[in-house]
Amino acid sequence: MLPPLDGLETEADVRDGARAVSADVGADATIWQNGSFREDTWSAAVDDVALPSTPVIVSKKRWLAERSALTGRNQALGLSLEPGESLDEIAGDLAQFSVIALNFPKFSDGRAFSTATLLREKHSFAGELRAVGNVLSDQIPLMRRVGFDTFEVTHAPTRRALLEGRIAEVRLHYQPAVVTEPPAGTRPWLRRTPG
Amino acid sequence: MYRYDEFDAEFVRQRVAQFRDQVERRLKGELTEEEFRPLRLMNGLYLQLHAYMLRIAVPYGTLSSRQMRKLAHIARVYDRGTGHFTTRQNLQFNWPKLGDIPDILAELAEVEMHAIQTSGNCIRNVTADHFAGATAEEVADPRPYAEIIRQWSSLHPEFSFLPRKFKVAVTAAPHDRAAIQVHDIGLHLKRLADGGLGFAVWVGGGQGRTPLLAKKIRDDLPEADLLSYLEAVLRIYNLHGRRDNKYKARIKILVHEIGAEPFAAQVEEEWQRIRDGALKLPEDEIKRIDAYFAPPAFVAPPAGASARSPLGEPDPAFERWIMRNTHAHRQRGYAIVTISLKPIGGIPGDASAAQMDAVADLAERYSFDEVRVTHEQNLVLPHVRLADLRAVYDALVEIELAEANAGLATDIIACPGLDYCALANARSIPIAQRISERLAARQNLIGELKIKISGCINACGHHHVGHIGILGVEKRGEEHYQLLLGGSGAEDAALAAITGPGFGPDGIVDAVEKVVDTYLKLRSGPQEAFLSAYGRLGSAPFKEALYAAAA
Repeated sequence: MLPPLDGLETEADVRDGARAVSADVGADATIWQNGSFREDTWSAAVDDVALPSTPVIVSKKRWLAERSALTGRNQALGLSLEPGESLDEIAGDLAQFSVIALNFPKFSDGRAFSTATLLREKHSFAGELRAVGNVLSDQIPLMRRVGFDTFEVTHAPTRRALLEGRIAEVRLHYQPAVVTEPPAGTRPWLRRTPG
Repeated sequence: MYRYDEFDAEFVRQRVAQFRDQVERRLKGELTEEEFRPLRLMNGLYLQLHAYMLRIAVPYGTLSSRQMRKLAHIARVYDRGTGHFTTRQNLQFNWPKLGDIPDILAELAEVEMHAIQTSGNCIRNVTADHFAGATAEEVADPRPYAEIIRQWSSLHPEFSFLPRKFKVAVTAAPHDRAAIQVHDIGLHLKRLADGGLGFAVWVGGGQGRTPLLAKKIRDDLPEADLLSYLEAVLRIYNLHGRRDNKYKARIKILVHEIGAEPFAAQVEEEWQRIRDGALKLPEDEIKRIDAYFAPPAFVAPPAGASARSPLGEPDPAFERWIMRNTHAHRQRGYAIVTISLKPIGGIPGDASAAQMDAVADLAERYSFDEVRVTHEQNLVLPHVRLADLRAVYDALVEIELAEANAGLATDIIACPGLDYCALANARSIPIAQRISERLAARQNLIGELKIKISGCINACGHHHVGHIGILGVEKRGEEHYQLLLGGSGAEDAALAAITGPGFGPDGIVDAVEKVVDTYLKLRSGPQEAFLSAYGRLGSAPFKEALYAAAA
């Protein structure tokens, strides 16, 4: 049971209240990339269902089972990974994928943060790294730092915040991470202000 | 002590602004409580039985006078005039209003404080020996490393949504006051074979419903590799720690289930990959942080200086306080003073705003502006001249914090329990108060005895490592208490064992007294402390005293 919320009157309240709700872009444009939403050019393959002749994202299970058939298709291929699915058996295959989509079934399941780090740092995966699932406003800055570059966002307040540039973010970092790796030999060694 | 530079200050300012935005979105209903929860938790904000609770980080338990005065101010303005010091060396306010939290955090930022990562499934506030930098026993001050870990772990992008909370403790003394063997990671700073500094690394300790002692997985980690090794441990834990059951999600379960050696091997493999990367600590960077913790300008005492005034009447109360509440200092002519927050019959760890202000004044005048918070819920003035002890004592008498009971039976650790906590099954505070009253007259006779009380199985009151531990449970709608004996959180770490059937709220106080009576009767002499006697005698005579009459 929640205690009653205290009243809060700040300038931000008044400002946000007065602002017209921005018109959302089309609901089909779910992919946030480089500051705008766009439609998804990929479709997610369902295991055991025949693939369309367009770019698809397949599960690790399907990739392992149909590796040669999938490689023989003349279409771009993506891979989706659930939290807990290891990179071990597919480490040599990663160059086959234009996109790897890591699922966050719940925002509180943080395994994909480490998987992303390993993909970028250990395996030098250079393709698109996409966050899908429960992708929320407050996690997006952290996801960016471990190497995600696209985000499938369906949560309405998060979509609005992205469109209005209202992602509250701490822009100073105390630690090197995947995309803000400081050049060797610089000081302070563990701190980073975005350039 | 550490001082913020512009980077640190701006970081905390941005964090306050970020949380202000999150609170506003919650108040406007844009965030559901479920979505808001992990955000408020990462800022130390809990929803308790009656109100929100805000937990403020006191990194490795070190505070300046200015910071202590700010805490007093916040207690006065935003709370009900009291703060509660915790077993994690932090401070909790039990009655803040949600709408006030951003302002409280902004006030804290003015004095280089915050509530970042005092809760949530992330790397929590790093704790350290509360005598660090003052005791003669340690190889070096462990706090610079705690500060480096604090910085590295702050809003770490990879480790903000771990399977469960993650606690790191650091000590550099052979006598472990930081309880490193019951932490997720315990670091023991030591001199390595090559003459450099490094760490023994303990992993997988913890209390809660499955208490386990940590395993040492590395004995000789060079200081330069501290962060890369921690990153390797955290990455293995983040990927493989259990997420199916929150009660099995701590790293201790992972280490226990796969075994310490296989776990260490996984860490080693990952560490070898990254150890020469960006996290390698440059020596000048360690020195830069180290410089903040340089010893203050001690003044050598005149020959023959003593705490005891050569003039005037003997004062047994003062003598007792000197004996119990001061500790040898690394610098001749100085002492470490423990300020007990355990007045007889009081609430363990509570301090009023007036008391906090008075302690701040004492620290400013007599202790180079420094106060420490201990995991035993007391305060410490780390650097007091022997010649000033009388003045400090007299001032503590004035504010009713001069109880000479450090380490004695009335120096009880207790969690907030059912008086405040949403998780508790039973009250802890009234039990602590009544045991304190019951044993006060005999506490000097009894000698060192650590009693620790938790109001539920989560063990925030550390009952598993109490010489005498008490665990509050619910039994048929009533508060009920289990009794445990023989635990220790120090270098001789051990988990206490349950004696047998539990007791009601009155019975548990009697039971503790029976245990004490049995000890007094059977000890070989006053030099044999309770824990040693229990080790020699085993549990049988205590069980006999507790249960034989009823059988």
